[in-house]
Amino acid sequence: MATDTLAEGDSGLEAAAAPKPRSEWTMAWRRLRRNKAALAGLGVLIVISLAAIFADFIATEPENHFDIMAAELPPGSEGHPLGTDDIGRDVFSRIVRGSRISLRVGFSAVTISAIVGTFIGLSAGYFGRWVDMVISRIIDVMLAFPGLLLAMTVVAALGSGLNNAMIALGVAGIPFYARVVRSTTLAARELVYVRAARAVGMSDARIMLRHILPNIVSPILIMATLGLGGAILAAAGLSFLGLGAERPSPEWGLELSSSRHLLRSSWWISTFNGLAIAITVLSINLLGDGLREALDPQAGAWSH
Amino acid sequence: MAGYIIRRILYMIPVLFGVLIVVFVLMRLIPGDPIEIFFQSGEIGGSGATSREGGEVSRKALEKLRESYNLDKSPPHQFVLYVWDVLRGDLGTSIAYRRPVVDMIASHWPATFALTMASMAVAITIGVGAGVISAIKRHTFVDYGAQMFAILGISFPPFFVGLLLILVFAIKWQTDDGVGMLPAVSNGYGKELILPALTLGTAASAILARLTRSSMLDVLSRDYVRTARSKGLRERVVVTGHALRNALIPVVTVIGLEFGGLLAGAVIIEAVFHRQGLGLRLIDAIIDRDYPVVQGLVLLSAVIYAVANLLVDVLYTYIDPRVRLETTGS
Repeated sequence: MATDTLAEGDSGLEAAAAPKPRSEWTMAWRRLRRNKAALAGLGVLIVISLAAIFADFIATEPENHFDIMAAELPPGSEGHPLGTDDIGRDVFSRIVRGSRISLRVGFSAVTISAIVGTFIGLSAGYFGRWVDMVISRIIDVMLAFPGLLLAMTVVAALGSGLNNAMIALGVAGIPFYARVVRSTTLAARELVYVRAARAVGMSDARIMLRHILPNIVSPILIMATLGLGGAILAAAGLSFLGLGAERPSPEWGLELSSSRHLLRSSWWISTFNGLAIAITVLSINLLGDGLREALDPQAGAWSH
Repeated sequence: MAGYIIRRILYMIPVLFGVLIVVFVLMRLIPGDPIEIFFQSGEIGGSGATSREGGEVSRKALEKLRESYNLDKSPPHQFVLYVWDVLRGDLGTSIAYRRPVVDMIASHWPATFALTMASMAVAITIGVGAGVISAIKRHTFVDYGAQMFAILGISFPPFFVGLLLILVFAIKWQTDDGVGMLPAVSNGYGKELILPALTLGTAASAILARLTRSSMLDVLSRDYVRTARSKGLRERVVVTGHALRNALIPVVTVIGLEFGGLLAGAVIIEAVFHRQGLGLRLIDAIIDRDYPVVQGLVLLSAVIYAVANLLVDVLYTYIDPRVRLETTGS
């Protein structure tokens, strides 16, 4: 194993550092493979992703197809495994299409937070002085909004809608990444090989990307995975409140909200949409927990 | 100690001022004139009067309204006036309800506060209890059960849990006269509080359970616990007397933060149960673009959050004397 990774090292300076990070990832993967809950999470997540990608082939009915004569059929009815809603739309087909929306919104929001947050945190930690001062104060202000409130305020400014909710959640997540990346960068800046790189006159951008960033990949990855679950939950929450997706979108949170008055007669519409959110987020959280234990064995809250 | 608290309070001021700027700027990003947008949206809430009486809200009346909201002045001028008002305790007037925001807060505050207190009680009972038992009975089925509960609690959306509770306790499980066991629409402070508090409390208890468990495990492996055990103290005494007290230190932080985030957490729960608290007002205000209300409520929750943070830090120094030494030393 170790010799394989050594042979792949490219430049002299990096070859010296290469075996450690590579074998760390291999070790992490081995630890992850032993964690049954995390593997189950990964498996379910893959199934849901495939369902999202091939939604049009899996859904049994065309989008927005309705049939008043087949309204509120219970689960297990012919051709409608999860029943139909109040205007006879197939619940299963809509949930499958909804997976595409939730995954897209979650991934986009997390990508915005992670990229912008990493960039800001790297700059603050690496350049220090006034850059750090300004960025740290901005982070403090953003963190002063509890819970979903920053996202809700941004939605209030941009107007409701799924894309605005996605941007709002992305913005609201930035300070968390920035804070972690900043402190990790502060520590990494003093590492011997980073100081060496600076001494030989390497450009700041190159040092940040080639020598500091690899040190902070695993905390970012852990945060992003757990953050994906949180973002999907929050996006569904905003849609539930009427600040996100709009009708007739099959978004899960919206479906849950617009079918709640039918709870008495047709419980299945809300229940299956709610379960779709819960199962998706659960699988992501299981995977995220496993990743945290695998990449950072000391910090795993559930290990041992 | 006093110096530390004063420093913390002094630092709170620029952060809250930053919040004020962010909210003010965001609200000004709304394209167009808030008054016009509001009237175009059709109706005035609260009073029930419609504004579209043939589109005849006279230009003069609109001008006057705009003036009363300072919208005829430049944004920087508006900001100065707003800050001045806030400092005097005036958060402006709701466009939709024609009512001072401070009054709205005063009348809707109790519903949110009661919900928060009740759900914190649920969260601490379930969360800390499950976490401690889980740590003591580590690697048993009790532990796995508690862990399962915790990860489910984090993954299930609270609005879904709320609807499930309504389905079970208000719809399926009925008393003999065909009324649900517990009310689904909840505005009171008695049994109306049970379902929303359970919903919000369960979500928070999941986080507390995980934290308590890992904190407890950490403490149980410390030398002083081993010493206590080797002295022949009973396990009960070791756990409650030596371990729990120290394990709860980080837990207190999270309880404080959860409490500080009360308004944020209550938003979704109040929407599920139609509870007339501040959260519901905030959603209405965002949808109506009633910006003075959004501004006021967001500012209020940031202040509460900051104060809760401060209190937690001060409390810390009382529970854990080591922290006191460190802060006075630096």
